[in-house]
Amino acid sequence: MKPIHLAAGVLAATVATTAQAETPVLTVYTYDSFVSDWGPGPVIEKAFEEVCDCDLQFVGTGDGAALLARVKLEGARSDADVVLGLDTNLTAAATATGLFAPHSVDVAYDVPMEWSDPNFVPFDWGYFAFVYNDGITPPKNFRELADSDLKIVIQDPRSSTPGLGLLMWVKAAYGDEAPAIWADLADNIVTVTKGWSESYGLFLEGEADMALSYTTSPAYHLIAEEDATKKAAPFSEGHYLQVEVAGKLAASDQPELADKFLDFMVTDAFQSAIPTTNWMYPAVTPKDGLPEGFETLITPETALLVPSEDAPALRDEALQEWLQALSK
Amino acid sequence: MAASPVQISRLGGIGAATLVVALIAAALGAVAWRAEGGYSLGPADWAAVRFTLWQAFLSALISVALAVPVARALARRRFAGRSALIALLGAPFILPVIVAVLGILAVFGRGGWVNQLLGYWGFVPLSIYGLGGVLLAHVFFNLPLATRLILQGWQGIPAERFRLAAQLGLTPRMVFRVLEWPVLLRVVPGALALIFVICLASFAVALTLGGGPRATTIELAIYQAFLFDFDLGRAAMLSLMQLGMAGAAAVLALWLVPQVSLTGGMGRMVRRWDAPTGVLRWVDAALIALAAAFLLVPLLSVVLSGLPGITALPANVFRAAWSSVWVSCVSVCVLLALALPMAGWIGTSRRGGVEAAGLLGFAASPLMIGTGWFILIYPFAPPSALALPVTALVNALMALPFALRILVPGVRDVVAAQGRLSAALGLRGWRLWLWVILPGVRPQVGFAAGLAAALSMGDLGVIALFADQDHATLPLQMYRLMGAYQMQAAAGAALLLIILAFGAFWICDAWGRRGAISE
Repeated sequence: MKPIHLAAGVLAATVATTAQAETPVLTVYTYDSFVSDWGPGPVIEKAFEEVCDCDLQFVGTGDGAALLARVKLEGARSDADVVLGLDTNLTAAATATGLFAPHSVDVAYDVPMEWSDPNFVPFDWGYFAFVYNDGITPPKNFRELADSDLKIVIQDPRSSTPGLGLLMWVKAAYGDEAPAIWADLADNIVTVTKGWSESYGLFLEGEADMALSYTTSPAYHLIAEEDATKKAAPFSEGHYLQVEVAGKLAASDQPELADKFLDFMVTDAFQSAIPTTNWMYPAVTPKDGLPEGFETLITPETALLVPSEDAPALRDEALQEWLQALSK
Repeated sequence: MAASPVQISRLGGIGAATLVVALIAAALGAVAWRAEGGYSLGPADWAAVRFTLWQAFLSALISVALAVPVARALARRRFAGRSALIALLGAPFILPVIVAVLGILAVFGRGGWVNQLLGYWGFVPLSIYGLGGVLLAHVFFNLPLATRLILQGWQGIPAERFRLAAQLGLTPRMVFRVLEWPVLLRVVPGALALIFVICLASFAVALTLGGGPRATTIELAIYQAFLFDFDLGRAAMLSLMQLGMAGAAAVLALWLVPQVSLTGGMGRMVRRWDAPTGVLRWVDAALIALAAAFLLVPLLSVVLSGLPGITALPANVFRAAWSSVWVSCVSVCVLLALALPMAGWIGTSRRGGVEAAGLLGFAASPLMIGTGWFILIYPFAPPSALALPVTALVNALMALPFALRILVPGVRDVVAAQGRLSAALGLRGWRLWLWVILPGVRPQVGFAAGLAAALSMGDLGVIALFADQDHATLPLQMYRLMGAYQMQAAAGAALLLIILAFGAFWICDAWGRRGAISE
């Protein structure tokens, strides 16, 4: 193995010297839709490069779960300096890898919960919700949904982060009664898809009355398409919260730049791009407030969230219950 | 080895087969090596194994059972637009899963055309989610492939035999018994095995149309093990099981395949004397029309929904399209470099055991191959730099089983027809390939290359693991558009994908058929 290591070392050294001779490069791993043309990626890249004297490179890696898998795969030798796009269901697992370094960001977040994670900085958040088309009477909670004839399409918690969010939502709202809720919901579920895109596509094609998405999804239709017929159904149990976070890798070769990016992340330049590109709520409301149209969205009275340290254990339990209830 | 009169060197075939096995084994080994935990499977995994086997078995059975009459009808009828129709029937096979699923749902779904008609007539709407939906989609994907494979075998029957049969006054039933049955025996087991293996690795179809956790396949379990649990040990175990099941299916099917070799005819256009006009003709016409409607109407709906979006596609979609074209070209080259020597070896030996090695390429989870190679490449180079070559390589591996299934019978026939003459003339090595084998199997090479090009164009497997924003392929870009609520642009991208995949297939296939000695 020695010669190979040597070769790798030489290769790495060459890459490092050429990189340093030019503008420093900050590599940010994120999920796919963040870097798409309509996502926040392009706007944020431009805004940060204006102030950082660096080259910001986003690398898209599937969805949030794939992001963590990628970082685990690469370990301490990862090219990434910052990982952006994990959520609180994943942060405990991410912290357990020991790959992340503490941050020094200290601002007042507009997140409906107390934020005190030493390693991760929230950049946006949203509530999961079932989105429907005008014309049906939306159920007021999971029990009403289960009793109705409404057809829903959800995502598989084994392959998608929103799917996992729904699992935690039912678990957080109903605890030990969750299996019974799932059993009652079984005949409402048209199908379970691999990811959010497939579900939402099926819903828009009319395959289901409702799809698991976010309370902010109607904002997209309203603002970008001037279509006011999509609504999110308010549930009396409260809505599960997804807080999306970013963290700095301990092995980053650009630690100062990474810190600078995390600081930048909670400023207006970054946060003002979030509502109409990522279609989520900004973690720190920009001074101009939210874009017009967001005031039409429902605002749940109760925000449900499983503490991130409890998430992995609860997830395993909830997944088993879910599989059992829906496999019958 | 005295089975064949032809002196095809086995070294190339052995080398290629070894390379295939090595590429997959290295990936599996890398995953297993990085696995730190134990290697255990839970009851849910076993349920996934059972469901996977069952749906794959049914899918293969139904696809092939339907393909036989359709291929027969196509084989004995001449009509305007026949070759275009045959080419067009190949389209579902190359669609990205989500595109095909949306197309199927536009026809058979809750708000689909069929249910609208049923509702209009006062019937209860039917739901296709569940095993029925999975099978429907798998038949939609695989019926064209099975039809093409069987048709190709059928068309390999020399024209003289039909002439002879006609002179002997054989009834259609007798013609079937004497001429067609042996060909079916030769082609059907392979087609069954191939489709079985394809459906083993099914994941997104089974999940989306399966209706929920009941429809869990091994591939989903692999996905979960990699992505959420990062349990490489379990992922490796599951990958190994999938490989084992596919390998066993392949070996079994190939072992059952009797050796049927047809001696060469004069290569004239096959004229069928055994299918008189009258009822039979209408039956054939109905079969062809039904199959075409089943396959083309969903496709049409995809095209229609894509049309409004295609004019407003963003630049990065075209950049991604270019990447896809590039990957597709490389993948075809790699495929032919692997498949031709292997087909030469298999085609001249008695048993097709080597073909099992080729089938492994499809049975191996792309996620497993991708992750394995990621682990292997990572110490030496940034994986994103190698994203496209690795994707091309994996795509070639995935197309290899098709290519072998298509090429091997062709090589066998060429060897049977021209082998003794070639041997007498002392042809060997590259001259034998260039002058005898390649011209003889040109239609098969074209078809195989076309399939590989199209499959590679539509593949969304490995690239997702490696890509950064500059190396996206078209299917990946399409998913990104969907993720950004850009459903219309995504539909446009899907249409572009169909055009490209189909164009690539058409070019290769037409090249092959142009040189064909008999239509």
